[in-house]
Amino acid sequence: MTAVEIAAAVRSGQRSARSVVDEHLDVIAGGDADIHAFNLVAAAQARARADEIDGAVASGRDPGPLAGVPVALKDNLCTRGLATTCSSRILEGWAPPYDATVVEQLHNAGAVVVGKTNMDEFAMGSSTENSGFGPTCNPCDTSRVPGGSSGGSAAAVAAGFAPVALGSDTGGSIRQPAALCGVVGVKPTYGLVSRYGLVAFASSLDQIGPFTTTVADAAAVLDVISGPDARDSTSISEPQPPVSHTLADGVDGLRVGVLAELSGNGIAPDVAAQLQAAVRALESAGASVAEASAPAAVYGLSAYYLIAPAEASSNLARYDGVRYGLRVDGPSTPDMNTATRSAGFGDEVKRRIMIGTYALSAGYYDAYYGKAQKVRTLIINDFASVWEQFDLLVSPTSPTTAFPLGERTADPMAMYMSDVCTVPVNLTGQAAMSVPYGVGDDGLPVGVQIMAPALGEPVMFRAAAVLEASL
Amino acid sequence: MSDEAQTIPGLGAPADTEWETVVGLEVHAELATATKLFSASPNRFGGEPNTHIDPVSLGLPGSLPVLNEKAVELAIRVGLALNCRIQPSVFARKNYFYPDMPKDFQISQYDQPINVDGWLELPSGKRVGIERAHLEEDTGKTVHIGGGGRIHEAGYSLVDYNRAGVPLIEIVGHPELRSAEEARQYVSELRSILVAVGASDGKMEEGSLRVDCNVSVRPVGSDRLGTRCEIKNVNSLRSLGRAVEYEARRQIDQLTSGQAIEQQTRHWNEDDGRTHALRSKEEDYDYRYFPEPDLLPLNPSTEWVEQIRQALPALPRDRRLRLTAAAPSVDIDHIALAVERSMDELALAAISGGGAAERVMTHIVQNLADGSGQLTSEALAELVGMEQAGELTATQAKKVLAVLVEGGGSPQDAAQTLGFEAMDTGELESLVDSLIAEHAEEWSRFCDGDGKLTGFFVGQVMKATQGRADGKAVTQLLNSRRG
Repeated sequence: MTAVEIAAAVRSGQRSARSVVDEHLDVIAGGDADIHAFNLVAAAQARARADEIDGAVASGRDPGPLAGVPVALKDNLCTRGLATTCSSRILEGWAPPYDATVVEQLHNAGAVVVGKTNMDEFAMGSSTENSGFGPTCNPCDTSRVPGGSSGGSAAAVAAGFAPVALGSDTGGSIRQPAALCGVVGVKPTYGLVSRYGLVAFASSLDQIGPFTTTVADAAAVLDVISGPDARDSTSISEPQPPVSHTLADGVDGLRVGVLAELSGNGIAPDVAAQLQAAVRALESAGASVAEASAPAAVYGLSAYYLIAPAEASSNLARYDGVRYGLRVDGPSTPDMNTATRSAGFGDEVKRRIMIGTYALSAGYYDAYYGKAQKVRTLIINDFASVWEQFDLLVSPTSPTTAFPLGERTADPMAMYMSDVCTVPVNLTGQAAMSVPYGVGDDGLPVGVQIMAPALGEPVMFRAAAVLEASL
Repeated sequence: MSDEAQTIPGLGAPADTEWETVVGLEVHAELATATKLFSASPNRFGGEPNTHIDPVSLGLPGSLPVLNEKAVELAIRVGLALNCRIQPSVFARKNYFYPDMPKDFQISQYDQPINVDGWLELPSGKRVGIERAHLEEDTGKTVHIGGGGRIHEAGYSLVDYNRAGVPLIEIVGHPELRSAEEARQYVSELRSILVAVGASDGKMEEGSLRVDCNVSVRPVGSDRLGTRCEIKNVNSLRSLGRAVEYEARRQIDQLTSGQAIEQQTRHWNEDDGRTHALRSKEEDYDYRYFPEPDLLPLNPSTEWVEQIRQALPALPRDRRLRLTAAAPSVDIDHIALAVERSMDELALAAISGGGAAERVMTHIVQNLADGSGQLTSEALAELVGMEQAGELTATQAKKVLAVLVEGGGSPQDAAQTLGFEAMDTGELESLVDSLIAEHAEEWSRFCDGDGKLTGFFVGQVMKATQGRADGKAVTQLLNSRRG
């Protein structure tokens, strides 16, 4: 059952939330040993919450638009009293004293949190192999990676552990694993969803979004978690129209661009073939399609791998062993800090902290961080021109289908290239999503990325619904 | 370090006539908001450790700062009072590891501060340039347990985050102060301004006003700045004066003995009266400033700034000018003191109500150090009038004043209650005559010109009248009797 179907059944009293939750907990218990989507399954808490929802329905109250829907949360979303680790040894055992805004919103909509999902440590990675607690496997082929960094959330939805999961997307961390696992994944416009309670990786790029099996479910979840939040200064202060209402409006007359910089070089032929099929589907639904170009987009990855580590080097300074999480003692405070961070962080996190620290250092700031910010502005400007001619852009979400576990772990550059199609949109703050569109030569899922200007979610979802229906 | 072997120069020793002291001050003031700069925890001094905290001021993972509008308003008040330009500003992260800083970075303002290019006028009329006055958050406090509280010998350390996130304004002055005394005057004036505009309580002893001094010396007549040292841990106006004098002396001694000054951060030790090297320039942190991505640029509207400007109270400088105009013969130090004690309004009203300016100011400076209590300007004017008419002696007036401060009312009534009615001239004459007869020997010595005996006879009169007599009238009477 989809999330929309579950909520309808629970709200009308056709099904109990408890039976829905029990069923999903059973699937998790039976299947997660092979997948390792979860860092923590909150079974008792989920059952108690399901009973509350059933109590509400019985007493005539409406538990909300996601009544009884099991939701898995990426383990970088703060949950009150429930361990939140970011898949890092340095945060092991830490339970936040507060809920993230999105967690409150889901709760108020009647959703049931079933657990916290595995991820690349502090969301740094593209395969979920950088987890401090072991990798997650792709449910489509357990010898393959699920993508990352939100690999646990993507795998949880793909494996049927939960119809909905939330992830975070800093450079593609929702869209890329969604593509590799064959589910829908949305990176909303920066500021549409509150970041309060999302453990920061790169603050100017991070955005929370849903994973679902259908476009309609993604719309329903986005409508619940979007909106202004006084606790996040970068949250967009005006409420936006819901995306669910216009899902069926089609793409007739829309101008769709195939973004050349993300659709040519380096894209595997089987993936490119699926993009062409998607383009034909949009055309036959009435959209006009042409090639589009944002030349500076090719520098996206380079700018990203300076800006994101720079912000991360500062955001991750607080894990110093003083207040929470891991502490490895030493003869002085600086020694204790060093020992704690050396033991608590994995290699990729250390690598990015060093890159970021270097990029911000006196004498190097202008050449690295400063220049990367200028490139970011160029990319924003290029996209602004593109939006004068197009309503939407499309590209592959990932250059390849899911790659084998271990294939790229020794080669950071190869791993970073996995995000080449997704990173530009984080730099511009625009909306984007990945929709599954057939399979590659290996039989593994291919995702098509749809990009929209800032706050263009309603139109983006219309195109996603058309692609979904055309399969 | 060679300074350990140096002799401590005498404090207050006259400045070397060949050397000039150059001082620039960085003053941190805690802003008097109800809540912290980026969260809703109370901004309050003291309290049980770690009780004024929340996820944001603890920098917990996932927490985000939200700017306190009141802190911005207070910062703008300070900027306007210091004649600064108020400009669009950007918050930045200042990155360094320290256990009392929850995020291991401080949110501050760097290359785009809210207030720039102002000046402050000392009571002497000298203007000192203000480079900038920017907003930032305070850190927590670390307490070292064991080893006499010194970090290197401590058994362990405890951290209290109650102060973490308290709003600060950092006011950076140009190096235009030329002596310890000017540095003291600058801080004193700055404190008066901060208190006057309601931005801060200005309490140095509670740490709500903290001063870092940059001190250098140069040959008199040179226009090049010498290598400076930054002095930390100066916790009172007195320490400020002492620290600047010591440090200038140390640098002069160093230079005259042929050694160069190393750019350093130094720590003022109140107990031994010296500054001690903390770290050299090379050991300074690279703070890796970059714009704070969790906060939007701050762009206060011109209307808002104008509104704040209109609502500003009269500043100490304007108040001094006004009081000087009303009491032109009074010393500027006394004028400044009256303003500092917030008694300038009282003085102005008493003077315009007919009280003689010098007498009014004398009371304010000498007799009202503990506040004016229930004293009204009308009562003060009337009291001064009674003194001038000879109805009260200076001693009596002081006692009447104390009653008025305590319980209010009119000086006539208070004088009556105290039994201070002016003595009848005839009564005084007969008393003096009887005392002359009683003390014939003293009288003859007085007549022979022994001036000390004036005091003796006045004292006898005061004793007999329990202070009701006017000392001046007694002296006149004695002189006329001597013939």
